[in-house]
Amino acid sequence: MIVSFVLAALLATSVPDVTLADVERRFAHGSDTVFVVNFWATWCRPCVAELPVFDHLARTSGSYSRPIKVVLVSLDAASDRTTKLDPFIRKRGMSCEVVRLNESKPHLWINRVDSTWQGSIPATWIVSRDQRVLYEREFTQRELHDTLTQFLKSSPR
Amino acid sequence: MTTRIGRLLAVAMLALLTCGTMLAQNPMAPEGVKVGDNAPDFVLKNIDGTVVGPRTYSAAKGLILVFTCNHCPYSVKYEDRIIALHKEFAAKGFPVLAVNPNDSIVSPEDSYSKMQKRAANKAFPFAYLYDETQVVAQRYGARRTPQVFVLLRTRIGWTVEYIGAIDDNADNAADATQFFVADAVNALLKGTKPAQATTKAIGCTIKWKKG
Repeated sequence: MIVSFVLAALLATSVPDVTLADVERRFAHGSDTVFVVNFWATWCRPCVAELPVFDHLARTSGSYSRPIKVVLVSLDAASDRTTKLDPFIRKRGMSCEVVRLNESKPHLWINRVDSTWQGSIPATWIVSRDQRVLYEREFTQRELHDTLTQFLKSSPR
Repeated sequence: MTTRIGRLLAVAMLALLTCGTMLAQNPMAPEGVKVGDNAPDFVLKNIDGTVVGPRTYSAAKGLILVFTCNHCPYSVKYEDRIIALHKEFAAKGFPVLAVNPNDSIVSPEDSYSKMQKRAANKAFPFAYLYDETQVVAQRYGARRTPQVFVLLRTRIGWTVEYIGAIDDNADNAADATQFFVADAVNALLKGTKPAQATTKAIGCTIKWKKG
């Protein structure tokens, strides 16, 4: 009984694997929603330093003119999931959705996200029904707010 | 007095000029080189205290220039593969030349003394240079570690023949199916051009100086 509870608790906090196609399917079903997708990894120090910015956006997303969905896409290796990624997320208690990208050929999938992306992280992808912009940079809370506000202005409903 | 003011002015002008150069080479978006361009020449301090650059390799047919560092887990994952590249290709005329472009204030693990320790621990068989001013990384337009530039010697210098990843699987060398750098060097050794001249990869951003 106790074991199954513990197991359930552990499983509940295990970060799910997704493919890039899975992520893109979400966009298609999002209708009016604007997705803020942050590519990060536990081993990437500037990414980890930036996570509170996305957590804050997820908590304050109601203040924007359209629904905002924040998704953290981890690029941690499959072999690091149970040893690094899951414990990290459990400890942090993030309020936004976290998934792990299960793609193996970076020289191919990086270009599928955006041909201008050189592959460094953190990188943030802001996606609406008709506009996708990849920002290969770090954001402060203010900068992310301003960038998103500008994006919403330039992206018609 | 006037000399002192003059000197101050000169210093201020120099500072302005330096800032101007820094702005022109915005580290967030370094222009850098493309495949086919001439490779910028440079010399930097090696971990053994000597000054090394492409010109040091007077007998080489080309160079495997790798921007890498100590702290980045992706660089660490590729360390053994970089050593293997050197062991395979140095004898054939394409030695590895490793350059750490990270600022040691932003990334203390990438300091010169830590580079010396890392190289000793891993018995690096190649030169490991410290790009303290980050000018070399900026001139090449390096964006992340590890990132490889394969250079080919020409009559007057070097050309850039390949830019990108070492292979297609950072996590596990055994699972890699495409060996971009090895393929590029083998093509050059045969006198042909690399079939795939640029590739992208996930990596750590270069830790540029702040301020």
